[in-house]
Amino acid sequence: MQAAKTVETNLTGATGVAGAPSAESYWLLPMASLWRREVVRFLRQRSRVVGALGTPLVFWVVIGSGFGKSFVLGQPGGSDDSGSTMGYLEYFFPGSIVLIVLFTAIFSTISIIEDRREGFLQAVLAAPVRRSSIVLGKVLGSTTLALGQALLFLLLAPLAGIGLTLGTLLGVAGVLVLVAIGLSGLGFLIAWPMDSTQGFHAVMNLLLMPMWLLSGAAFPASGASSWVGVAMALNPVTYHVAAVRHVLYWGSDRFTGNLPPFWLALLITVVFAGLTIALSARAMIRSKR
Amino acid sequence: MADDPAVQIESLTHRYGQRVAVDDVTFGVDRASLFALLGPNGGGKTTLFKVLTTLLRPSAGTARIAGADVLQEKDRVRRRIGIVFQDPSLDEKLTVLENLTNQGHLYGLSGPKLAQRCRELLERFGIADRTRDRVQQLSGGLKRRVELAKSLLHRPEVLILDEPGTGLDPAVRATLMRHLRELSEQDGVTCLLTTHLMDEAERCDSIGFLDQGRLVALDTPSALKRTIGGDVLTVCTANPAEMARRVKERFGGQAEVVNGAVRIEREKGHEFITDLIEAFPGEMESVTVGKPTLEDVFVHLTGHRLSDSEHAGG
Repeated sequence: MQAAKTVETNLTGATGVAGAPSAESYWLLPMASLWRREVVRFLRQRSRVVGALGTPLVFWVVIGSGFGKSFVLGQPGGSDDSGSTMGYLEYFFPGSIVLIVLFTAIFSTISIIEDRREGFLQAVLAAPVRRSSIVLGKVLGSTTLALGQALLFLLLAPLAGIGLTLGTLLGVAGVLVLVAIGLSGLGFLIAWPMDSTQGFHAVMNLLLMPMWLLSGAAFPASGASSWVGVAMALNPVTYHVAAVRHVLYWGSDRFTGNLPPFWLALLITVVFAGLTIALSARAMIRSKR
Repeated sequence: MADDPAVQIESLTHRYGQRVAVDDVTFGVDRASLFALLGPNGGGKTTLFKVLTTLLRPSAGTARIAGADVLQEKDRVRRRIGIVFQDPSLDEKLTVLENLTNQGHLYGLSGPKLAQRCRELLERFGIADRTRDRVQQLSGGLKRRVELAKSLLHRPEVLILDEPGTGLDPAVRATLMRHLRELSEQDGVTCLLTTHLMDEAERCDSIGFLDQGRLVALDTPSALKRTIGGDVLTVCTANPAEMARRVKERFGGQAEVVNGAVRIEREKGHEFITDLIEAFPGEMESVTVGKPTLEDVFVHLTGHRLSDSEHAGG
């Protein structure tokens, strides 16, 4: 009996509005679906996995080992205790994590350019979906990928001489979610008006790499010339790296004395994330395309 | 609301900078009918398509889908239309089913209801056996079918298709048109399609000719063909311009050069052939006579051919 009834209601009919979707189902459901799509697509493109994880690893090992002993960062207090000095591999480690997040977040949001070119995006834009849920689907997708890879890399921390506890692992994960949302939002904002991925690479080299270099990831603000110091203070990535350092060395202020305080780093990270998401949604609504 | 036409376009104009792409177009489409917007590439079809699908805000004028305004009530319009894009809007890396499921989610459908709906449409369009294949493995014709299934998931009242037949061979095109006919007859879905292919337009209930942004004619295919009195003669000759001039001089009426051949509209074409051959013995390579096609109607109305790109358009 029941089966017969189902069949009856099955036939396509203009009159039969399928269900009566609620307001949330036009926001949450599309967002979740687009989010999931990002992850599935990523896992089906092996070269992306290798590239995103491999680049910072090579970076970290080659540059970190290259500088080797020529870089020794002493305690701000100038103590001679050998336990308070830091090798470059260790100094470079938190910056490498942020670099992984940066690479993954940026390279996954530029897929919006491919989505547009391959035609997928047009159907999404013509669907009764809030624009913010389209942005968030993309951004959370890329955040998931960035976080997954960063956490894998984080497991190497002991090799750099950084002790890991479950607490620091969770803490870093929490901070990285915020960092990844912000950087994905930035990626979206840059990629949205672009027609080709070539243009994006120029932005990568002219804007994003300098942002990362001037973040305290590769060298500390203390020894830099004054204009570099200013640039670093204005750079949101500086606060990303600082937040990660604070959490990694939680409870001991051994290597965090020169950094902006944790609360400020966290605040700026959150504000930056909110701002890039809002601006991305606005760009999408205002878009004439 | 049920009395509203499926689509109503009022004084719609759109400019890209100085170029007028759509010029003061007004027309309506009846419910549960098949309507073709026929015109050459660059005639304004795609612009109209984008306006109707809420993807483009026109410079002036308005359009309504089943009573909902495409400018003021975007989301209501979006829920009522299904869209078949010329370049399928499918994610090549996902499977057929994943694509449909994602689309369902965008329209607020989920769970067993959505799964059931997907199955139903996949079976209807004969792609049930390719459900788990990635879209990148499918042929162009299959992709178009998946795109069609995708566009119908949320049971739209109006289906809008952009050049659905482009890139498909005629047999596949005919099947597609049969599916559309079935949708309009069984399910009451209105289909509006843009095309530059006559065989596609021929199968529709009414046709709007769109040329250089203007709607130059709107009628049923047979009524349009009746606007040409009698037959159409096509004369191939070494010097068509000269021949056209001499035909006019000798017989009066019109004769023009279209695509390197002389084109003459005459009643009782078969009798006129004899006159022609007697008048210009040995000067013609060939003369053909035929009932007017939509192409002839288009030429009659605009003075140029519908598709220089019919073969290149692939």
